Amino acid sequence: MLRVAEGLGRSVVRGVEEVGFAGALFLESVLWAALGPARRQPVRLTAVFAQMMQIGIGALPIATVLSATIGMMLAIQSLYSLGLFGAESFATIGIALSVVREFAPLIIGILIAGRSGSAIAARFSTMMINQEVDALRAIGISPVRFLAAPALFAMIVMVPCLTMWANIVALTAAGLFVTGALQISMAAYFADVIAVLSVNDLAHGLGKSMLFAAMVALVSTVNGALADGGAEGVGRRTTRAVVHSIATIIVVDMVFAFVVTAG
Amino acid sequence: MAALEQTIPAPTPAIRVSGLQAHYGAQQVLHDIDLEVRPGEIVVVMGGSGSGKSTLLRHLVGLTRPTAGRIELLGTDITRAGALEMLRLRRRLGVAFQGGALFSSMTVLENIILPLQEHTRLDRKTMEIMARLKLEVVSLAGADRLMPAQLSGGMLKRAAVARAIVMDPALLFFDEPSAGLDPVVSSALDELILKLRDAMGMTMVVVTHELESAFKIADRITVLDRGRILLVDDVDGVRRSDNARIQNLLNRRSEDAEVDAKSYLQRLTGEPAETD
Repeated sequence: MLRVAEGLGRSVVRGVEEVGFAGALFLESVLWAALGPARRQPVRLTAVFAQMMQIGIGALPIATVLSATIGMMLAIQSLYSLGLFGAESFATIGIALSVVREFAPLIIGILIAGRSGSAIAARFSTMMINQEVDALRAIGISPVRFLAAPALFAMIVMVPCLTMWANIVALTAAGLFVTGALQISMAAYFADVIAVLSVNDLAHGLGKSMLFAAMVALVSTVNGALADGGAEGVGRRTTRAVVHSIATIIVVDMVFAFVVTAG
Repeated sequence: MAALEQTIPAPTPAIRVSGLQAHYGAQQVLHDIDLEVRPGEIVVVMGGSGSGKSTLLRHLVGLTRPTAGRIELLGTDITRAGALEMLRLRRRLGVAFQGGALFSSMTVLENIILPLQEHTRLDRKTMEIMARLKLEVVSLAGADRLMPAQLSGGMLKRAAVARAIVMDPALLFFDEPSAGLDPVVSSALDELILKLRDAMGMTMVVVTHELESAFKIADRITVLDRGRILLVDDVDGVRRSDNARIQNLLNRRSEDAEVDAKSYLQRLTGEPAETD
């Protein structure tokens, strides 16, 4: 019993330490972005753009496929469930709000956690184990400025962009099914979608995706930075980064929805 | 002559370590280390596995903060120095890590240019010329476009040396430069270390457990054992030492060899020692 309590206590302390580390990492990244140029140590834009390419452009094909599938699936389910009450004509409302406020940010968040979060964690942990991070520090380069900040900023920019793209693709894919089932034109479908959606809905989804982006970047960086134990350590940290990122996204999603919608 | 010696002050040490202590958790790994390295000198830190030599190096280059003690590099106490002071100092330090630690996503040339990019305002062309010069110094001319994954172990280490010396540092640190290399490549690397000292007047600290290499390059040797300095002397002094642990190290004898079979068996079975 005592051993269980001790183990639990250690886990809690470790968790709190990691949250603190992530917070410090975020603050330090912002400070480097703000003060770095004056100290002739800027966060290099080339590094940010390189990360943006990997995180955003590289994810476009899979993001398109997933968004189209989710859009289509939502259309099928909405028409089926509303059809039980003879309310198929309201399907567009449900689809538009669900995609923009919930599904697009969530699917892109999970996709980014699996794709880019794992890449960040694997890269960091490999660099830690190969002493590349030590080499950076020995040269006088802050690893936060050189490695963590570009990934964080690239995520914060590209994940909302991907979410916006997912909105368009998912709504179009849903439209393809809905227009066929309800015998309406695509123009009429999109007119309904635009009428239903407000700027607030869009801001809700994009704001959430920005939050997910920061979470994935920080969780993955923290996990990578704490790596030890060779190749096995890299694998362990990468898995942990993906699992923690997805769990964080889902919890943050619920809290965000509660605070913004219910509050 | 004696009077003359009295009037010439001893040169200020390039590195001065006093009372250095380090812990990993509750375990103390370095015990009251005192060490001085004179300008232009090559000091080899030697010891078996787990003796604390790599830990000492990490402290010397400011990668780990000690629990207690002072480390002065070129007159700056790095245990108290602020971020800007450390940054200024780091421009005068070079470190060649055991595995090379080249950035795997960059070419050899980009790796070597990186310190120049970060610390100077030179244009790209000049930086490339400087980097290629250093590649020639380490006999790697022509390898500039290769990725680290395409290099052999010896080439990796030489490329790491090129990166470490690209800013013409006053202090150069090596972590196990010969580890994992065949004797020919290892000997070439030793020659390179001597060449750098002679041509550029650098002060060097080399951590190694390779005896041949240590005896070839060292002006003085510091023997470390279980986190304590056993001896600081020149090569002959170390060879002549009658300290059993040093002789074990020199003759590559394991400490376990000193344990007699009877007590070893008792330790394994957990039976108490027989009393006469």
